[in-house]
Amino acid sequence: MLAATVRVTRDLDAAEEAVQDAYVQALTRWGRDGVPAKPGAWLTTVARRSALNNLRRQRTLREKLPLLIVDAAEPAAAVETLALRDDAPISDDRLRLICTCCHPALSREAQVALTLRLVCGVSTPDIAHAFLVAEPTMAARITRAKKKIASARIPYAVPAAAELPARVDAVLMVVHLLYATGHTAHSGENLVRDELTGRALDLARLLPALLPSEPETDGLLALLLVHQARRATRTDADGRLLRLEEQDRSRWDPGLIAEADRLVVGALRAGPPGRFTLQAAIAALHAQAPSYAETDWPQILTLYDELLRRWPSPVVALNRAVAVAMVDGPAAALAEVVALEADGRLAGYRYLPATKADLLSRLGRHAEAADAYRAALALSDNAAEQEFLQDRLSRTLPS
Amino acid sequence: MAQYAILIFEREAEGGQAPELPPEVLEAHGALPGRIREHGGKELGGIALEPSATATSIRGDLVTDGPFIETKEALAGVFVIEARDLDHAIELARMTPIVSGGVEVRPLLGLDFSGLTS
Repeated sequence: MLAATVRVTRDLDAAEEAVQDAYVQALTRWGRDGVPAKPGAWLTTVARRSALNNLRRQRTLREKLPLLIVDAAEPAAAVETLALRDDAPISDDRLRLICTCCHPALSREAQVALTLRLVCGVSTPDIAHAFLVAEPTMAARITRAKKKIASARIPYAVPAAAELPARVDAVLMVVHLLYATGHTAHSGENLVRDELTGRALDLARLLPALLPSEPETDGLLALLLVHQARRATRTDADGRLLRLEEQDRSRWDPGLIAEADRLVVGALRAGPPGRFTLQAAIAALHAQAPSYAETDWPQILTLYDELLRRWPSPVVALNRAVAVAMVDGPAAALAEVVALEADGRLAGYRYLPATKADLLSRLGRHAEAADAYRAALALSDNAAEQEFLQDRLSRTLPS
Repeated sequence: MAQYAILIFEREAEGGQAPELPPEVLEAHGALPGRIREHGGKELGGIALEPSATATSIRGDLVTDGPFIETKEALAGVFVIEARDLDHAIELARMTPIVSGGVEVRPLLGLDFSGLTS
């Protein structure tokens, strides 16, 4: 609704105001006349009318239209027709809004906050809570971002075909970050966690329909679906983090995994796979294996090789080392982890010492493993993870 | 159309001296207004600066030698363009010939700079 309204106002604040007007009108009108057949369409129409009325009022004040209209040459009559049509292209509007919120001229933090606020309609206090910042800080961040959109004239438009893949990538990164933030939220924050993961999944489900020519949207959706399918077994009853090999696979959601698998197969057929498709393919292979040991590790290693080629990130290289350990043994994997450590780009990344510790303890080098677990503990700020590492550390030490 | 300043930042030679500008870069600068026009924008004018070693800064009562802010890449020039929106401005700014540095795109504060042409 906001997306459809902002197309008329070209101004996010004015659009939000108009949407609020529509809700207020709904409160009185629906109470009196009953709820209309299509409440969403009713609200959108009223919001757009309200936005138009506000615009007309402004126009009489100022001769020149402010920078709010899509195109100064567009006749007002055309705007009006669009605003009053219930079957206006809502989906295009939604995509425009998502592309604006995830514009590369905005910081990643601002992109995430704006997407939650304007695309998902999450309140500012809830966003602040989810990202562990004070409410005024988050409100200021959102205001600053909106101000930049207006003064730098970040267009409210779907980018041109040449720019689209890079821009879609930014959108996918934001949605993935939303899900990941919810997924790893502190154990006591279940409500926040479900809110964020739910919103991220809604967006991920929406994107393939909005961008049918971009198979990476299917890749992201598949990746999130596998995470979602396994979410119940990520921690035990006490909130303790469980490793993949310890998780009860019978509790994974087979419906979500099957859906993810179909999406991965489709995305792989569509051409050279992108990073989300490859990550989803790896996750889906894990999800379909009857057990950790019976996982198709050689295939997973092949996928990691391809992923590293497409996305040369040290984090990917670290995950690949885990697959190397399963295919070629822990000594080969340890050599790769040590090389990554020397490279320095992962300094401060807690999963590096945690992985190293695991490999060392498998090689029987317990004292070195204990040191690495301590290094990982010092870097973790998540209670569930700390408990997990503490537990591993105590098993490593001679009793 | 909106107006944007394109700020050119270039790495200077040791001691804030002017970098050697290759002839093809100078030529590309000359051709820039035409290229911008071909892509639906307009260059309204611009200035090129002497190297930062020639700068004098004044902060309060204090007058000092050198640029206001010392940076690895120093401000080397500014030009003003007209573009439809930020995406268009970025497209045009990308055409700026650069030796070793980059550009910054800044919207102008609603003032009309169309008289700035040299």
